[in-house]
Amino acid sequence: MSRPNLRINLNNVPITYTSNEQIEVYRFPVAAAILIPLIAVFLQAFIPLKLHFFSIFDLPFLVVIFFAVARRSQVSGMLTGAAIGILQDALTPSLPIGIYGIANTVVGYGASSLGVKIDVENAGSRFLVTIFFYVVHEIVYFTVARGMVGLTLQWSWAHELGSAFANAVVAVGLFALLDRFKQRT
Amino acid sequence: MENLISRYRNVTILAALLFGQVLGLAMQVKRSSENRPTRLIRVWAVGAVAPFERAIVGLQNGIGGLWHNYFYLRGVRQENRDLKQKIQQLEIDRARLSEDAEQAHRLQVLLNFKEQFIASTLAAQVIGSSGSEQSRSVYIDKGSQDGVQPEMAVMTADGIVGKVLHVQSHVASVLLINDQTSGVGAMLEKSRLQGVLRGTAGGEVTLEKVMSDEAVQPGEKILTSGGDRIFPKGLPVGTVTKVSTAQDLFLNIHVKPAADLSRLEEVLVITEKQEREPAVAEGEHVRASDILAERLPSVPDKPPSPPAKPASSASANPNSSSPATGTTQPAKTATVPLATGSKPVTSPVATRPAVLAPVAKPSASPAANAAGTEPAKAKPAGLQPQPPPPQTPDEPAQPQDQPQ
Repeated sequence: MSRPNLRINLNNVPITYTSNEQIEVYRFPVAAAILIPLIAVFLQAFIPLKLHFFSIFDLPFLVVIFFAVARRSQVSGMLTGAAIGILQDALTPSLPIGIYGIANTVVGYGASSLGVKIDVENAGSRFLVTIFFYVVHEIVYFTVARGMVGLTLQWSWAHELGSAFANAVVAVGLFALLDRFKQRT
Repeated sequence: MENLISRYRNVTILAALLFGQVLGLAMQVKRSSENRPTRLIRVWAVGAVAPFERAIVGLQNGIGGLWHNYFYLRGVRQENRDLKQKIQQLEIDRARLSEDAEQAHRLQVLLNFKEQFIASTLAAQVIGSSGSEQSRSVYIDKGSQDGVQPEMAVMTADGIVGKVLHVQSHVASVLLINDQTSGVGAMLEKSRLQGVLRGTAGGEVTLEKVMSDEAVQPGEKILTSGGDRIFPKGLPVGTVTKVSTAQDLFLNIHVKPAADLSRLEEVLVITEKQEREPAVAEGEHVRASDILAERLPSVPDKPPSPPAKPASSASANPNSSSPATGTTQPAKTATVPLATGSKPVTSPVATRPAVLAPVAKPSASPAANAAGTEPAKAKPAGLQPQPPPPQTPDEPAQPQDQPQ
């Protein structure tokens, strides 16, 4: 007798089903949904003053991925990405607003779409997803920055992959920390 | 049609979001050449983040100050002694440099040059950054309420940092010189070749627009040229680290900034500049040898000084390393060439660029400003008058440490 393709719902929470897999959709308290991105943007602006190498990390980008994957809603993911990206843009006075916004919107949409399809609850998949979307984020950013704004950016695969790896390492720990704020729907 | 839209609802929203942002981006890029005020969304974003940054920096400084000022005082006495000795040496150097500055001023008067002096500065604390590798900018805790305005120059005691970009009431953003959208008029100290200092995408600094047939050596200092009308002329910019020939007609000169742009904590905003013709200061001057002589314990009191004879005083002691500087010529007088010509130049720094002349003017000295001193606009140039020293050429010219 084959095992049914259903998990026992011990927590008595609704489960969203896809074709053959089951996934859980989470939501967050309003305070967490507002403060976590703000804190991420704040830390991103403050820590590089003391630790210069920290600028290779992109905490707002990681928060976008986390919310998009956890909520598993494309609309929610892209709106979160757009909001956080525009907030980042607003803190870069020398560049026009919208570059990070576009890049994070695409990442939010893609991450939430991927979150619907596959399980991204374990550390390994989170690591790979972060690397993948970091490269996507950088490609979109560079395309917009060079194509529309006219910035002369230098693309270096070594630098981008190194940054992607570093962000993925941070993402594993950060996502585990942010899991505490999850609430099952 | 409705079914189609509802079926592809998410993709439609994505397209709408991207289209809206691209449209907004295009409008900003098109209007970027105009001098537009700060966008409201930037005000909100900075307003949301800056108070926390200000609080943390303040808390950090408070704790650090408490520790360093009241508890961790190890080695302070020794440091105090060392600093006093250093001050003595610097006084001697300053007196010597002031002589060179006076000479430079006289030459400038002859050429009818106008100089830009730093009239006032404002100390500010760096409280945040853009947090992006593509945008090199920082935020300071002073804004329009403190007198900061866009396009003001920002520097440290080591060298220039950048310029003020956007100003809010209590916060201002500073575009660093290593941002790729930055541009500063600069020149090489020795060859006086002028170029444009620009940042690169990697956060480095290069000097552009220097022709490839010019000889530029690594290690040469770079100063501001004043051509951008933002930075006064003569401020330290950095040092040439590498020179290579680019594919075009210009050299590719890499520059190491004099100020450490990655560790900015406190900066000075140049809130006021003055453009004026250099004036030769009147009054009595102190020579370096005078200061040396004052420190000698066995020097007898100086007899009453004879009437000043500027033309003969220099020739009376031709071997002196610090020629007489009893220059009392007012600015823009016809007798200036005589005074200049009668003064032998034996100091190795006598050929310093004229832009360093503000050494004799406290308000124009970056180091003085960095020390928190308010500019003394009406203060006479040079050191304060002191008793004339005895003419004792036989005395050894070795400074001796006075008992503290």
